[in-house]
Amino acid sequence: MAQAAENRKRGKTRASGPATEHLVRAYHDMLLIRRFEERAGQLYGMGLIGGFCHLYIGQEAVVVGVQMALKEGDQVITSYRDHGHMLATGMAARGVMAELTGRSGGYSHGKGGSMHMFSREKNFFGGHGIVGAQVSLGAGLAFANAYRGNDNVSVTYFGEGASNQGQVYESFNLAALLKLPVVFVIENNRYGMGTSVERSSASKNLALNGAPWGIPGRQVDGMNVVAVHEAAVEAVAHCRAGQGPFLLEMQTYRYRGHSMSDPAKYRTREEVQKMRAEHDPIDHLRAQLTEAGVEEAKLKTIEDEVKAVIQEAAEFAQASPEPDPSELWTDVLAEA
Amino acid sequence: MSTQILMPALSPTMTEGKLARWLKKVGDAVRAGDVIAEIETDKATMEVEAVDEGKIAQILVEEGTEGVAVNTPIAVLAGEGESAAPAVKPAAPAPAAKPAASPAPAPAVHAQAHAAAEKDWGAQAPITVREALRDAMAAEMRRDGDVFLLGEEVAQYQGAYKISQGLLDEFGPKRVIDTPIAEHGFTGMAVGAAMTGLKPILEFMTFNFAMQAIDHIINSAAKTRYMSGGQMHCPIVFRGPNGAASRVAAQHSQCYASWYAHVPGLKVIAPWSSADAKGLLRAAIRDPNPVIFLENEILYGHTFDCPTDEEFILPIGRAKIERAGTDVTIVAFSIMVGVALQAAEALAAEGISAEVINLRTLRPLDTETIVASVKKTSRLVTVEEGWPFAGIGAEVCMQIIEHCFDWLDAPPSRVHGLDVPLPYAANLEKLALPQPDWVTDAARKLMHGAR
Repeated sequence: MAQAAENRKRGKTRASGPATEHLVRAYHDMLLIRRFEERAGQLYGMGLIGGFCHLYIGQEAVVVGVQMALKEGDQVITSYRDHGHMLATGMAARGVMAELTGRSGGYSHGKGGSMHMFSREKNFFGGHGIVGAQVSLGAGLAFANAYRGNDNVSVTYFGEGASNQGQVYESFNLAALLKLPVVFVIENNRYGMGTSVERSSASKNLALNGAPWGIPGRQVDGMNVVAVHEAAVEAVAHCRAGQGPFLLEMQTYRYRGHSMSDPAKYRTREEVQKMRAEHDPIDHLRAQLTEAGVEEAKLKTIEDEVKAVIQEAAEFAQASPEPDPSELWTDVLAEA
Repeated sequence: MSTQILMPALSPTMTEGKLARWLKKVGDAVRAGDVIAEIETDKATMEVEAVDEGKIAQILVEEGTEGVAVNTPIAVLAGEGESAAPAVKPAAPAPAAKPAASPAPAPAVHAQAHAAAEKDWGAQAPITVREALRDAMAAEMRRDGDVFLLGEEVAQYQGAYKISQGLLDEFGPKRVIDTPIAEHGFTGMAVGAAMTGLKPILEFMTFNFAMQAIDHIINSAAKTRYMSGGQMHCPIVFRGPNGAASRVAAQHSQCYASWYAHVPGLKVIAPWSSADAKGLLRAAIRDPNPVIFLENEILYGHTFDCPTDEEFILPIGRAKIERAGTDVTIVAFSIMVGVALQAAEALAAEGISAEVINLRTLRPLDTETIVASVKKTSRLVTVEEGWPFAGIGAEVCMQIIEHCFDWLDAPPSRVHGLDVPLPYAANLEKLALPQPDWVTDAARKLMHGAR
C-alpha cells in the first residue's frame, strides 16, 4: 500500500506503534472490507452471486494489520476466504465485486468467482479453493524470492482448519530447510466450517506448530489491528533478514457462517453477539482513534467514502456484462 | 430516501423460505450488520443482517409467513438525513453478453497443416535416452537462468536413475535442489515458484509418487491460468519415469497417461527414442504451460541415434510416423512404440504392411496425423501399456470414429495392459503387459476380412 515506505522506517521504532494517520488508514481499510462483505452478502441474497461465498466479517484487523507491515513486491496468498485480502492488497472493490457476480469486469473475467481471483499487479497470488494448498504455494513464492535474491517476503495465510493438513508441515520443513522468507499466518477464527479448533486440533497453541522445525511463532490478538501490526513487523523483519520463516497465530473470529449456506448450529448466538459487542476490531479501533483526538467528522468522511466506493462497486458488478461466450475457450493454455 | 429489504437467498439452491421471526420492529434504528430477522429454509434457520442503515419504516411480510419467494420485498428501511443509504434496486437479470448466446464452438485444435515434413537436423550420433534427457536439461539451464531442477536425490546422489548426473557439478546447489521425500509439499512449492515466472523442472522419482501431489498438478498448476482470466502462468515441467519397470509390482508400475491427458490446462508428452526425449524435453521446458513428461525407466538405458545439432528441438503436439505402411495403422507411445515396430516387422514378413505412429504428445493429440494414416490403411490398432478402460487407446479410437468412420474396413482394436494391478511374479507380469504378438494378432484379425 501507499504507506509502505513509512512502514519500513517505522520498523525501527515500532515500540511506539503506528502513527495515528496510519491507524486512520487502517480504519478505512477495515471498514472497506466490512462494508464490502456486507454488500456481498446482500448481493448473494438477491441471487446475484452464486456458488460458494465465504465472508471475512470479524477478521478485518488481521489482514489490514499485516498488510501495513509489507512493502511493494511482497506477495500475498490465501485460501477461499479471500475478499478481505484482495482489498487489503489494493485490488479494486469493483473488480472483486464484479468477479463475485460472474461478470466480464471481474478480475478473472467471471471465470474464477469468489475463491479464485489474482492480481499480478498487486502481487496477490489467490484465492485458492483447496484447503491448505496455498501453504505450499506460498512457500514457493518465497522460494522464488530466495532464488532471485531479492528481499521480498511471501505472506501465506491459512485457517486453523488447514493447520491440520499434512502439506502444511511439509511446507514448514521445506521453508525452514531452505530458509525461505515466508510469514505463515494462521487465521484462527475458531471454527473450520462447523468444527471448533478444540475438536480438530490436538495442538493447543498453534503458534508452536512450527517449533519442531525451529520456526519462531507468536500468538496474537487478531481482533486488535495494532497488535497484529506489531507482530507482523517482527515477523516480516525476521524473514527479510534472511532468517527463514516465521509463524503468526492470529486469534480472531468470523461473525458469519463458514459460507453463505451455513446454518451455524455449532455455536450459540450469544457467543457471536458477545464477540461482536466486546471485541469488534472496527469498533475498537474507532474508539481508539476518537480517544487519540481524531475528529468525528473525519471518521464520518471515511465512512461516507467507503459507502460510496462499495455502492459504486455493487452497481458496477450488476451493470458489467456477462463474459462473452468466446471466453469459454480462452486462457486454458498460454501460447507457446 | 427509502430502501426495500428483500427476501434473501441463503444458499445456492434456495428459492423460497419462511420468515420465521422479526428481531426489529417498525421504528427501530438499524446499523449495517445488525441481525434483523430469522429465516427458515428446509435445511436450517438463518439470520438476516442489515446491509444499510436507517429506520424500519414498514414491515411488508409478517413473521410466520411461509413460502416467501427470494427477492420479495419484506420491509422498507427509511434513510436518515443525508447519510441515507442509496436504494438497492431489485436484482436485475445480468446483462447478457449476446442475446440467446449458445455455447461457443470449441476452437479447432489442429488448425495447422502438418504437411511440412519433420525438419532434417542433419548429423546424428547414438546416445541413450538417459543422456538425452540430461543433455536437454543442461542445454536449457545454460540458456535460461530461470530454469532449475528439483526433486528427490537429483543433486548429490546424481539422480535415482542417474538422469541428473553431472548437473549439480555444473549448475550448483542453487539450481539443482535435493528435496525431502514430501511430494505434496515440494510440488506445491515448485508450482508456487512457477507462478512467479520461474521455470522449475520437477523430477518425480516415479510418477507413482505424483499421486501424492496430484492436487497441485491439477488444481494449482493446470487450472490457475483459466481461473485467473489469463493473468497467471505456470511454466513448469513435471517429469519422471511412468509405467511398469521390471518386477516392482502394482504400486510402482502404473501408467498415468490417461489421467493427465484428461485435463485441460496440461500438455502431456510421452517420448520413446533419444531424439524424442531430447527434443521434446527442451520444448517442454520452454513451453509456458505446465507439461507432464512421462518417461520410461526401461528405455533410459536404450540407445538411439539423435541429432547432434545444438539447437535440436521438436514441436509439441506432433506425432511421428516411425514406419510407413499401407494396410494397418498401429498407434503407440513410449515403450510401446518399440513393441509396435517389432510387430510391424513380423507383419511385414507375412506380407502385411503396417504404418507405425509414435504419438510423442498425448495432449494435444495429433489427431490429424492419425486420421490421415487411417484414411490410407482403413484399419487401426492402438497399443498402450496402461489399462484399457477410459485409456489413451479408447480416446484414439473415438477420434477415428468421429473423424473417419467411413474409411474404416474393420472396428478399431485396442492392445493394452490387462485390467489388473500389475503382479510381481515374472510370468504373471509378462502375461499382463502387451507383447509384440498381441499386436500382430490384433492386426491379423483386422486384415482377416479383407484378404
